[in-house]
Amino acid sequence: MKLPIRFAMLALFSISSLAATAAPLSSDQQALHVLDRLGYGPRPGDIDMVRQMGVERYIDSQLHPESIPLPAALSARLSTLDASNASAGEVLAEFLAVRKVANDGDEAAKEKRREVVGKIVEQNAEARIARAIDSPRQLEEVMVDFWFNHFNVYAGKGLDRALVGSYERDAIRPYVLGNFRDLLGATAKHPAMLFYLDNWLSTANDFQPGQGRRGAAQGQKAKATGLNENYARELMELHTLGVDGGYSQKDVTELARMLTGWSFEPRELVRNNRTFRFDAQRHDMGDKEWLGHHVAAQGQGEGEFALDVLAMHPATARHLSYQLAQYFVQDNPPPQLVERMAKRYLETKGNIREVLRVMFHSPEFLAAGTVGAKFKTPYQYVISAARAGHMPITNVRPLLGAMNQLGMPLYGAQTPDGYKNTEAAWLNPDALTRRITFATALAAGRLPLNKPAGQDGNAAAAPVAAEPPLDADSLLNTLGPAISAKTRATISNNPAALRAAMVLGSPDFMQR
Amino acid sequence: MMDRRHLLKLMALTGSLVIPVGRQAWAAVGDDSAATRRKLVVVMLRGAVDGLNVVAPYGDANYARLRPTIGLARPGQDGGALDLDGYFGLHPALASLQPLWEQKKLAFIHASGSPDATRSHFDAQDYLESGTPGRKSTQDGWLNRLLTVLPGAASPTRAISIGPLMPRILAGRAPATNLAAGAAGTKQSILDRPQIGSAFDQMYQGSDKFASAYQDGRDAHKEVMTASMQDEMQAANGGAPLPNGFPNDAAHLAKLMRNDPKIQIAFVALGGWDTHAYQGNGKGLLANRLMPLGQGLATLAQGLGPMFDDTTIVVMSEFGRTARQNGNGGTDHGHGNVMWVLGGGVAGGKVYGDWQGLGEAQLHEGRDLPVTTDFRSVLAQVSERHLRLSDQQLAQVFPAMPAASPGLNFLRS
Repeated sequence: MKLPIRFAMLALFSISSLAATAAPLSSDQQALHVLDRLGYGPRPGDIDMVRQMGVERYIDSQLHPESIPLPAALSARLSTLDASNASAGEVLAEFLAVRKVANDGDEAAKEKRREVVGKIVEQNAEARIARAIDSPRQLEEVMVDFWFNHFNVYAGKGLDRALVGSYERDAIRPYVLGNFRDLLGATAKHPAMLFYLDNWLSTANDFQPGQGRRGAAQGQKAKATGLNENYARELMELHTLGVDGGYSQKDVTELARMLTGWSFEPRELVRNNRTFRFDAQRHDMGDKEWLGHHVAAQGQGEGEFALDVLAMHPATARHLSYQLAQYFVQDNPPPQLVERMAKRYLETKGNIREVLRVMFHSPEFLAAGTVGAKFKTPYQYVISAARAGHMPITNVRPLLGAMNQLGMPLYGAQTPDGYKNTEAAWLNPDALTRRITFATALAAGRLPLNKPAGQDGNAAAAPVAAEPPLDADSLLNTLGPAISAKTRATISNNPAALRAAMVLGSPDFMQR
Repeated sequence: MMDRRHLLKLMALTGSLVIPVGRQAWAAVGDDSAATRRKLVVVMLRGAVDGLNVVAPYGDANYARLRPTIGLARPGQDGGALDLDGYFGLHPALASLQPLWEQKKLAFIHASGSPDATRSHFDAQDYLESGTPGRKSTQDGWLNRLLTVLPGAASPTRAISIGPLMPRILAGRAPATNLAAGAAGTKQSILDRPQIGSAFDQMYQGSDKFASAYQDGRDAHKEVMTASMQDEMQAANGGAPLPNGFPNDAAHLAKLMRNDPKIQIAFVALGGWDTHAYQGNGKGLLANRLMPLGQGLATLAQGLGPMFDDTTIVVMSEFGRTARQNGNGGTDHGHGNVMWVLGGGVAGGKVYGDWQGLGEAQLHEGRDLPVTTDFRSVLAQVSERHLRLSDQQLAQVFPAMPAASPGLNFLRS
């Protein structure tokens, strides 16, 4: 008696799950889906382009961004951003110079500081946003956002205002589809991270600072004498193993000891662009017991060993796979998919591209239930609206302002866990009203996006540049199946002047 | 005897005909505001504030030994603590709270916190907000569960949060609203324009996923606008605007609460307490954060006026920090911390909790304060005595809670 019932239940189960997932996606829906997930949504003509190319080929080309040329206009624009192209040392030099002068108080110096710091901040933002909107290497841009956030540093903390541009360009961008150990090592040694999580100050507990030896020039660091656990903890909790990765307080302290001496010196960074320095004198030379390993003293090698172990740990494979699947597939990603990704991660020794390949080619990724299942973060919402609208943008400030308003300022996540990407984090009553406000201003051409850069020192007082309003029909064309028939019907029942705003402010456009 | 017609005529002339109608309206509001009369404000300090420098045990000789450069000087000395009871002293940046201490409307519960041992900010905050330490599967926040058991009608503005995101503590099935910090929270919305409002109303009514969030946003906006408009009329006699940040938001919150009797629960989260380096003593990084916090709380208490008598404010943080300062003049992640309670019903002027001292043997894992009072015991007392929850309701808000600590009686009545 028992068996048939179970069999019947099983059959019922598979029928209902089939009904939920088996409706095959049309080629337009598939094209839209990969544009929404591997990138920041379609620009005009993108859905056709992907459909003609084939979804598989599109995914493969995105996994190899070096095979996709950057448009000349984008390259030219990026090349003019001298502050964002300068070395970490050059930018820091400029930043420290105005900071020092401005502390002495005179108004002109303060103005100069605002100008210099403003230029640094704006160019970093412009480089990021111009690429996100215009780069055909969309997956690369999405992965920059993902990994920057995973290894978040907060631009509002001291020197990081000046270092964050180099951090993204030098420690994140080159590795986003490469080997995780390389990415981990690059972030661990970048001054932005060393500064943000205080490791540059951490020393052996018995360290005695040298008597006056360049002491004054090193500022804060010269006085530092003791262990700081901040980075070691977040390295395990956030960057690699995950909070349930099976380590103890003792492991945190031991790892912090292993990483003592991983530092940088602002003066050397300014002079020679030397971004990392292992300072053997600050290093704790005792033996350590960490994560079940006995670690004999060997200087910088201890930290390198720790990164090797952490990068290849099964807990790291699971943690990273979960985070990737949550970002690209579902807020609660299917456990089997996460397992397969983690397995691939370990097989390929942490090859990010191969893990993504498994994910993008999985049935879970292309399931009908996955389409539209992610609520856009404010960043994704703003960038996708700019892409769909396809208006010329020379001034990114209004977009930055929108991200602030929506609770996700660029480079503005204060805590090392970065921003969440789930619906629970971002969907709230206030958020919808604010997104609609942004959509309405954008659609009406009321945002001064077309102003020559640098001419709007005071955005509030400056006259608003007239821009043509967006055309609702073009938007609907561009977005294809993203906007449902029901929503289209409601839009067409409303005055023509409101329709473009209604497209970008619709429930359909809130999700991807 | 006056005839009936004459009476009606007279009432109409004098305007007193409106009385019966007015009375009904008043009665309806009266019922509502009776249900929401007792207010709760929760302030969460994200990043783990160093409670040992908020309420410093200067009377313990170990305090100065463990904190040679960041420890607060003794009361009376330059930059010294403000004496509370001869043993504990308040951080001098919190001087604006001293009057409340003296009026016995401010109390602290020291060595309190979560029974869960995690030193992860993110897990510890999650537990503080879910109210179920150690259990990650809890979907809703305890403030939201509280809303579901409080008597009276649900409304999106019954609980409000200041900030761009809906906090975990308010997640759940009861409606709640988040408002932007600063003036933006009560600005006109594009949806106030009838044509635009109606267009988006039509579109969102049909959305399975977003209809309720959209509608809550619309309703809350209308209510908050009304409350802040009333405020503008009253603001003529009101105080001058305060400096930016929390004091400003606190003043704003007080006005909203005064003008809208439906607002019963408010939540504010403030960041920047993760002081691993150079936190300073009487002055410095921590002092710079505490100053506006103290001013904001004092502003809130003052701005609520008589309503403060019916209000309890709780200040809490995910965990405390190491008792010993680290080599960088900061502190690392610890365990026990101090909770603050303010309000008309608080039996204040006292530091509560089971305080065991800072000797090596007393420290938890040799590094930080043990938790001797579960944070839920503090919140439970507020829920029971101040918000009048029954035992059964309390069990819904804080499931699987241990028995309350005897002797913890920081609320009168």
